Amino acid sequence: MLKYVSKKFLSMLASLFVLASATFFLMKLIPGDPFLREKAIPEKIKESLYAMYGLDQPIWKQYLMYLNNLLHGDLGMSMKQQYMSVTRIIKDSFVYSAQIGVLAIIVSVAAGLILGIIAALNHRKLLDSLTIVVAVLGVSIPNFLAASALQYVFGLKLRLLDVSGLNDWTDYIMPVLALSFLPAAFIARLTRSTMLEVLSADYIKTARSKGLSGRIILVRHALRNAILPVVTYIGPMTANIITGSVVVEQIFGIGGIGKFFVQSITNRDYTLIMGLTLFYGIILMVARFLTDVAYGFVDPRIKLSRGKGAK
Amino acid sequence: MAEKMLTPDDFAKLSKEEKKTETVVRESISAWKDAWLRLKTNKMAMVSLAILVVIIIMAIIGPWISELMGQDYSTNHLKEKNTSPNGTYWFGTDNLGRDMFARTWMGTGISLQVGFYAALADLVIGVIMGGIMGYFGGRVDEILNRFCEVLYSIPSMLIIILLIVIMEPSMFTIVLALSITGWINMAWLVRGQIMQLKNQEYVMAAQALGASTPRILFRHLIPNAMGPIIVTLTLTVPSAIFAEAFLSFLGLGVQSPSASLGTMINDAIKAWTLYPWRMWFPAAIISLMMLCFNIFGDGLRDALDPKMKK
Repeated sequence: MLKYVSKKFLSMLASLFVLASATFFLMKLIPGDPFLREKAIPEKIKESLYAMYGLDQPIWKQYLMYLNNLLHGDLGMSMKQQYMSVTRIIKDSFVYSAQIGVLAIIVSVAAGLILGIIAALNHRKLLDSLTIVVAVLGVSIPNFLAASALQYVFGLKLRLLDVSGLNDWTDYIMPVLALSFLPAAFIARLTRSTMLEVLSADYIKTARSKGLSGRIILVRHALRNAILPVVTYIGPMTANIITGSVVVEQIFGIGGIGKFFVQSITNRDYTLIMGLTLFYGIILMVARFLTDVAYGFVDPRIKLSRGKGAK
Repeated sequence: MAEKMLTPDDFAKLSKEEKKTETVVRESISAWKDAWLRLKTNKMAMVSLAILVVIIIMAIIGPWISELMGQDYSTNHLKEKNTSPNGTYWFGTDNLGRDMFARTWMGTGISLQVGFYAALADLVIGVIMGGIMGYFGGRVDEILNRFCEVLYSIPSMLIIILLIVIMEPSMFTIVLALSITGWINMAWLVRGQIMQLKNQEYVMAAQALGASTPRILFRHLIPNAMGPIIVTLTLTVPSAIFAEAFLSFLGLGVQSPSASLGTMINDAIKAWTLYPWRMWFPAAIISLMMLCFNIFGDGLRDALDPKMKK
């Protein structure tokens, strides 16, 4: 087990290194330089600016400097937001994104599992078909549409919730709902199909013939096995929620990381793009690593199959 | 037991009627036809297919219809900005007074093209790489597989965004960026299929007859792996359209005066409390398209899956 975890950890570090290098060299490919303005800057000032940001050094030295700074958690200064370091921006805004993101994960897992189980227990009945409809709609409607529709109906027409901002707890409802729509639909579908498979398995029949109550069978025997594929979905779900949060934060006017990400792209604020990309990359890769580890713990078969290089 | 005696009757010719009983009247059903027959019974999938066909046809003839009506997608009617749908402008006009009917169908066309080209690129790269990995196996497979794993471990959306920030956004660069990371799933799928198929007798027979490697790969192996490949392709198209819409939201979509459904929705969101109809048509079409591609893809998977046979 330890070997499996450390192997996964090393491969995560390797991927992070590749991502960090890729962002660095891709950003160096951009023509022009950050201090190119409409007004020409005096040569002297330009030189000292270059020296300050280390841009006068040869590229390999810049690369080493960049990696060294990364190790110390320094992502550089934003080019367009005056006097703001990228780390500072992340520190200030991550709270909001994290709150919404974590809530969305909880909501989607809970809603997805419940919907999936209900559908599987009512196989080929009305509730099942309804769940399928919701699930297909969930993966078919782009989240910016879902978000604006929610905003329109509850914020503007019914005036039940605030249109934007994040001031009291009711303000969390719409962003979290908009974010969890797609992952919840996906989990519902996943749970439904595995539950159907599991419910027809022999050991469920055995449990039933032993006279166990329906609830115990459902929770102890069926759900435990049906939850496995959901665990593997943690990684992709994090990715979904991050891309989703970029959109949702913009629409609901929440000052989270997603909003800065959109801003950095529209302003072509290269250091900020780079820093936020890396930050997102780290979150995603850690999520994927945790998925692998969790999977190793939940599924006892993985220890055996890893031995002989199953993949 | 008494030995049965042969009589001359036993050697009489069959009558015409008797001959007929021996012929196979029913047409032989190929695997594809079988799949089609099963797909046809899936009503939801067929309805989706019909809607998709209508949308594709409209994407082709829509701009042409609006030309007949004396409109096009890029002319600004500045006096008639943000008008609601009426007789002249069937879908209304946008913030620059451009005809939404023409723009919507042109945008549909561009979104579809992004989807199809991305799927096509995935198909070509994925089949070639997956074919090589699966067929040769061993060292080649190991190296390529490691390469895929590293590429796959980097979050694709981030790479796509970075690439488009660097290259100016256009349909070509969007498709390019999407396919740089998109082909890996296809390659793994093909690899798995080929590894299963390559040990079958008919491949050995082909090798014994001296068929070249590309011939075995493309004439014998790939066609037999076509089912899952097609299903994956049907599901790649909507996810590429989705990705393009997301990029549009970041301002990295297809650039003005040309438009995709994503860019149109993004433009409309900015003022959609005032002019909601600018949102309705592109949003309805993109959602409908996603829905139909997903349902049709699911139906296709069920139809091509031999396990689903009753």
